[in-house]
Amino acid sequence: MNPRPFRSIALVLAAALAASCARDDSAVKIGSASPLTGSQAHIGIDIRNGVQLAIEDLNAVGTEIGGRKVTFRLIAEDDEANPTKATTVAQKLADAKVVAVVGHFNSGASIPASRIYSDAGIPQISPSSTNPKYTQQGFKTTFRVVAHDDQQGPTLGRFAIEKLKAKSIAVVDDSTAYGQGLADAFSATVKARGARIVAREHTTDKDTDFMAILTKIKGRRPDLVMFGGIDPQAGPMVKQLAELGIQARFIGGDGMQTPNFIKLAGAAAEGVMASIPGLPKEQMPGGNAFMAKYRAKFKAEVELFAPMGYDAVMVFVDAMKRAGSTEPAKFLPELGKTRYQGVIGPIAFDEKGDLKDGPITIYVVKGGKWEPLETVIPGAEKPTRPPMKKST
Amino acid sequence: MDIFLQQIVNGLVLGSIYALVALGYTMVYGILGLINFAHGDIVMIGALVALSVAQALAGSVLPGPAVLLVAALTATLVCVTLGVTIERAAYRPLRRAPRLAPLITAIGVSILLQYSAALVWGKQYLSMPELVKPGTVALGGAQFTELQAFIFVLACAVMAGLLWFIKASRLGRAMRATAQNAEIAGLMGVNIDRVIAFTFLLGSAVGAIAGVMIVLYYGIGHYFMGFMLGLKAFTAAVLGGIGNVAGAMLGGLLLGVIESLASGYIGDLTGGVLGSNYRDIFAFLVLILVLVFRPTGILGQHTGDRA
Repeated sequence: MNPRPFRSIALVLAAALAASCARDDSAVKIGSASPLTGSQAHIGIDIRNGVQLAIEDLNAVGTEIGGRKVTFRLIAEDDEANPTKATTVAQKLADAKVVAVVGHFNSGASIPASRIYSDAGIPQISPSSTNPKYTQQGFKTTFRVVAHDDQQGPTLGRFAIEKLKAKSIAVVDDSTAYGQGLADAFSATVKARGARIVAREHTTDKDTDFMAILTKIKGRRPDLVMFGGIDPQAGPMVKQLAELGIQARFIGGDGMQTPNFIKLAGAAAEGVMASIPGLPKEQMPGGNAFMAKYRAKFKAEVELFAPMGYDAVMVFVDAMKRAGSTEPAKFLPELGKTRYQGVIGPIAFDEKGDLKDGPITIYVVKGGKWEPLETVIPGAEKPTRPPMKKST
Repeated sequence: MDIFLQQIVNGLVLGSIYALVALGYTMVYGILGLINFAHGDIVMIGALVALSVAQALAGSVLPGPAVLLVAALTATLVCVTLGVTIERAAYRPLRRAPRLAPLITAIGVSILLQYSAALVWGKQYLSMPELVKPGTVALGGAQFTELQAFIFVLACAVMAGLLWFIKASRLGRAMRATAQNAEIAGLMGVNIDRVIAFTFLLGSAVGAIAGVMIVLYYGIGHYFMGFMLGLKAFTAAVLGGIGNVAGAMLGGLLLGVIESLASGYIGDLTGGVLGSNYRDIFAFLVLILVLVFRPTGILGQHTGDRA
């Protein structure tokens, strides 16, 4: 057999390959994965727009990494908010040799996809997935720029001690993974800070009669009642608290920070406090500038997570700059050491890749509406007090 | 001590709701020997109807108590119609069937009602608008709202009225006769079909009142709320002696107090091993204990093969 034709074909192929590489020589590919179709498309497109904005900003100013000018290119994929599709998309991005991925939106998509990114050695930052499990799988490549569900409890606890000056606290949960986790984390924090847990009660996520527990709590005279659970229980509980003449204040997590809670609790809802992870977007350090830029570019308002998507790209590039390389293996170790001042606030990661001190906003019911009361940056020296909207 | 007293007050309010629902179980059982598992769901329908009417009329010119009255009447009307229709359509054709057939039918009706309600009202929790703002009353260290007092007094009045009705009225006598022996009562000129239909009517009406009380008290309604309520009320009926009207009242109040005390003190008694989320254990522990040691209940007579 004559080897010559084979050799020439190989030569041509190699040349073509070299040519294609030359064309994209400096373009570094960054992936974005979120639902771009379906019922959650508005949120997914919002994330993609944030990523796109970041890449355009980077290319406009001209970014140097390791003494070399670099341009970035966006590869946006649609995971349809579907865990199965998410893994397909993840593989596609890995095959496209992206150096980093911003995504996914849903925890249910981020978790299965994270294994594929981990195997490919591609760092991933989720702008929005809050399930604690996402970063607990032992992968070195998973990060997020949003506070997760287990960070709320300690923040609430700190708020209760520092701001509400609570000394004796009654804690109730609804016996679910979410409610009990939140209540336990809260209890541990307030105990460590010197408050007394005067009652630790449990109910279920189906009950609506809390008179017996609340009566017991009344006897212990707490100055604060904390509830880990969701609004169908929180509503009647607050109402029954008022009926029993308990003067204590009431605080809970994002499960009860809903308009429905106010409907269920009626007049008793007034003054109740609850937290949600993240800042209201008007109150992000770079929020207003970002929203103006976003509006000018996309002729639309920021939905939710575009600022997180934007910051995720910036955090990647920040790590690349410090590592002096766009190779994932080189800049991944730097990613963990991130100290970045983003649109959403300061960004740093703990050893698992969770956002350190992710901001959590505490809301209060005022005039039958949830109003932001203050934002707590866990671990920060002093909570920042955002400008309150005037309400009549 | 005042905490103990407060727990008793809580228990009595909860218990009076259980007692009203238990009446529906016990009257039907007394006459037909049938455990009408759909009764809890009739109460649920009553609660949700009252809630919807109150929601629709809350912003109107009608004052709160008037809206409440309209809501209660509508709920009673719907429940009575429903109760009588269910008896006619589902239980009457099976009156001579083996005992298991109507029992399973009752469970089927229960599921039918639950999921019909889910279709009509959706699966989310619904909130009852606040119609009247009750004041609070303090009594010897215990504190209760006028609403709680109202619920307790109304429940007692309904129960007393029902006792008197069964004891003294012509129809009540017919009901007792049918309960003792339907065939002989029929031979004596009692219209059995009418008496049974009337029993369902009475039970459903009392159930509707209980449903209105629940949405009024807790301010919340849900398509599945009748399930646990039904089981508890059934337990109360068994505790008092199923088939015995006074027993159902006693059993209901007793169960309410037991539950209230149990969930108030279980955490301390078990050193925190069991919390108040286990309070349902007590209701059903009571059921098992009664069935094992005194199947006829506190006030029940020996009913032969019926028990």
